[in-house]
Amino acid sequence: MINFTLDIGKTAAPEAALFYFLAPLSVFAGLGMLIVKKAVHSALLLAWIMISLAIFYIAQDALFLGIVQVVVYTGAVMMLFLFILMLVGVDTSDSFTETIRGLRPIAITAAVGFGGLLTTLIGRATFNRPIIGLASANSEGNANGLARELFTQYVFAFEVVSALLITAALGAMVLAHSQKIRSPFAQRDLSIARFRKDNLKDAAGLPSSGVYALHNAVDVPALLPTGKAAPTSISPVLEARGDMIESSKFQLQQEEEEK
Amino acid sequence: MAIANYLYLSAILFTIGAVGVVIRRNAIVVFMCIELMLNAANLAFVTFARINGNLQGQVVAFFTMVVAACEVVVGLAIIVTIYRSRRSASVDDASLLKR
Repeated sequence: MINFTLDIGKTAAPEAALFYFLAPLSVFAGLGMLIVKKAVHSALLLAWIMISLAIFYIAQDALFLGIVQVVVYTGAVMMLFLFILMLVGVDTSDSFTETIRGLRPIAITAAVGFGGLLTTLIGRATFNRPIIGLASANSEGNANGLARELFTQYVFAFEVVSALLITAALGAMVLAHSQKIRSPFAQRDLSIARFRKDNLKDAAGLPSSGVYALHNAVDVPALLPTGKAAPTSISPVLEARGDMIESSKFQLQQEEEEK
Repeated sequence: MAIANYLYLSAILFTIGAVGVVIRRNAIVVFMCIELMLNAANLAFVTFARINGNLQGQVVAFFTMVVAACEVVVGLAIIVTIYRSRRSASVDDASLLKR
């Protein structure tokens, strides 16, 4: 009687179709999470997996958990992840060089072993009674039944979890709070710093951007007396971003001048 | 379809999450893989609740979600703190205790 597997309770055909459609997709999304280079793409794939799991919960008569999964996980937790990704820098792509030599083959081998162990374990599990289903437990509604459990048998755990939530919020505030070591640079400090430089070339401030008849925004450099663009007249950020506009198109052409 | 298929899916997702924790180096991606493992465990809990015909598995899954939310809040705060001082979110760069 050891090989008395779990497949006593069969599900209805629509649920099977749903499962066979969504389960491979979520597994592929999980594998994609391991492969993609950018953290944002990983986050999107994880959001997809979480939504599929929410659909699975609802299909398995766990209506409340399915909704909570969408609201808390895909709504709050993934948004938090995206916020932190924005703070830390969206373009910080993972480098795929191994710091510990041979880590990846070892990890994949161990994972195959672990996953094989888990799946064979489930395949050989004994379960000497029929699968009941949640029809009777959900008779007064899934949320009502869950609330009855939460506020009777698990009420102490519920209180402890509330304390944990408050502690986590406090901890996050303490960790995210940073004391200012010095006052921020004011105009006076910047002026003093300019005059203490080695040469006084920029003591009066950097040159302003170019002013032309057709265009006078900050993305066009001013011209030096030699006719070349002054590199300090626009922000280096604009230049690095490729948003600098050449001033030559706003200048009178030589031929036109001659006419 | 056997209900155990949900358990197989849960095992596979858990394994994928575990691999991700080991091989990825961006701390945020490592964190997301931990979330994937927690979600996989939740799926197993919900499936077992259905097999056993009572709601206790769902209650445990509910508590797991709350604890996961706390863990994400504190963990991401730690990542932000580390990033602020070291300008890097890679788990291999925070090796101050090694030397």
